[in-house]
Amino acid sequence: MSRIAAKFESLRAQGRKALIPYVTAGDPKPGITVSIMHAMVEAGADIIELGVPFSDPMADGPVIQRASERALVHHTSLRDVMAMVREFRTDNQGTPVVLMGYLNPIEVMGYEIFAAAAEEAGVDAALTVDIPPEEAGELLSALEKHGLNAIFLVAPTSIESRIETICKVASGFVYYVSLKGVTGASNLDLDAVKQKLDEIRKATDLPIGVGFGIKDAATAAAVSQVADAVVVGSALVNQVEALADTPDAIAPALAASLVEMRQAMDAIN
Amino acid sequence: MPTSNRETYFDQPDEHGHFGPYGGIFVAETLMEALQELRLNYEKYLQDETFLAELDADLTHYVGRPSPVYHAARWSRELGGAQIYLKREDLNHTGAHKVNNTIGQALLAKRMGKTRIIAETGAGQHGVATATVAARLGLECVVYMGAVDIVRQEANVYRMRLLGAEVRAVESGSKTLKDALNEAMRDWVTNIDDTFYIIGTVAGPHPYPAMVRDFQAIIGREARQQMPQQAGRLPDALVACVGGGSNAIGLFYPFLDDKEVAIYGVEAAGDGLETGNHAAPLCAGRPGVLHGNRTYLMEDDDGQIIETHSISAGLDYPGVGPEHAWLKDCGRAQYVAVTDNEALAAFHALTRIEGIIPALESSHALAYAAKLAPTMNKDQIILVNLSGRGDKDIHTVAALEGIEI
Repeated sequence: MSRIAAKFESLRAQGRKALIPYVTAGDPKPGITVSIMHAMVEAGADIIELGVPFSDPMADGPVIQRASERALVHHTSLRDVMAMVREFRTDNQGTPVVLMGYLNPIEVMGYEIFAAAAEEAGVDAALTVDIPPEEAGELLSALEKHGLNAIFLVAPTSIESRIETICKVASGFVYYVSLKGVTGASNLDLDAVKQKLDEIRKATDLPIGVGFGIKDAATAAAVSQVADAVVVGSALVNQVEALADTPDAIAPALAASLVEMRQAMDAIN
Repeated sequence: MPTSNRETYFDQPDEHGHFGPYGGIFVAETLMEALQELRLNYEKYLQDETFLAELDADLTHYVGRPSPVYHAARWSRELGGAQIYLKREDLNHTGAHKVNNTIGQALLAKRMGKTRIIAETGAGQHGVATATVAARLGLECVVYMGAVDIVRQEANVYRMRLLGAEVRAVESGSKTLKDALNEAMRDWVTNIDDTFYIIGTVAGPHPYPAMVRDFQAIIGREARQQMPQQAGRLPDALVACVGGGSNAIGLFYPFLDDKEVAIYGVEAAGDGLETGNHAAPLCAGRPGVLHGNRTYLMEDDDGQIIETHSISAGLDYPGVGPEHAWLKDCGRAQYVAVTDNEALAAFHALTRIEGIIPALESSHALAYAAKLAPTMNKDQIILVNLSGRGDKDIHTVAALEGIEI
């Protein structure tokens, strides 16, 4: 069983929902990322989504764009990100890590080389924003060969047949993008989210995570009532940005936010 | 030069938008349905007599097509080789080839019931051409433009604003065309229900590369009729500048199966390919995935897109249309590069010798033609796509000479 499947199974047994924080690797400087990851786990994170910086993050809003830019000042590469995961794994074998990013760094490295290196580093899954299932054949084979899950996005605009196409190739969990727009946008409509999750559940037994638009403990708790996992990104990256000049303050600040979310989610479910 | 044994070059892309290994659809899921809707409408209306008649009428009466082919006899004599002919896209309404495509896409937007138009622009020519058709059709128009480009193309920014478009400065990344494209994509994802994204070049996710090519192919279709009438035969060589590559593919495409016609795409070598300060992905880059398609890119070893340099804002782009990538690999077209200085010399030469001020983009094609002509006979013919006029560039050129206008 994959680390992600095991995590969801144990959460289900406890009647809890997964909390998945996102940070961009190398933001605001590479040396700090692993300690942030550990702090997030301690604060209640179940899975970590680690952003791979990219020069042209087309699907991200300004907050995560700037995180990429800060990380790229230090030339944080895909190899560097995998090295961070390897370091994280020396003290943590249980928390799944999902690499989230864009295709080109993987394309340039080569799918097979990437998948082998990711497996070796202790990565559990890849979420590649700009590769739809139709183009993903070779990448999927490489990921599967190395025991990595392939996380795909489902959008509010995805019609039934597309949801089926996506769910056929997805593994680990399905990531529902809760609104039309880029990361960090607002206006979460919970009823619409619930309706879409019901549609997705018809196509798959995989757990469903919901992301985009989760700002605080209250929205995290609300979303956790309808989803299996809550992904929180821009709200955390905003804090990283605010504290970029005092990097030692970042991990405690993110931990404090996650503790609030964790408590709100656990209280309501 | 590698040669290909293909029977035809008209069979690309495949149904998923692949030109050989290039092209395709590489976007976030939110855009997939919109691209599907666009593809179905584009395929439908490209066969629709009423749509095509309306497009034709607009191209004739609004754009001023057909654009003439002009024999640059004096310049040809001076160069002492092949006869150079110019396809005068600079004489189109709005001053460049860009309007051929924006007219087509805007008519499509109207048919699809979209009320809001967005576009990205580099030199501002595509932005102006988009703002122009949006004004004419009464559609809301937002143009994304890199903050750096806004400074170097001030006049076009004002033109767009006069036309009623909102020009939004893009401050992320290198603040040029690629970042404007990122931002336009983000807008589209957010406003997908009422918004039509008019991409200005033959890049982006399928169906854009094929659709923009089809709208621009009017250039080559006309030229293929005009050359026999005017010069007695088809040209021996075609030359066009390549940034994203829309004017080039527009000229090249109808000639692809005329295998006796050599094809040259000219990229921007900037300060010189050896300096790294250039915008020549086909000559000095390698394949990757950006802006929705797989193609040649300017990228580093980590897969990050690197900043490009060209004197011409319209060529300052790290990618290139996937069909060009494919034509390069199969050897049907050759891709070369000329430097800023070579382009500037051609800009001045055409202006002084023929009385035509060319765009700095088109000056790259002219510069290569000036190298090629002396290697050919006097009875041979080079057809250059004069893709735009240079009025927009006079500030740039003047500044280089220390003159402030």
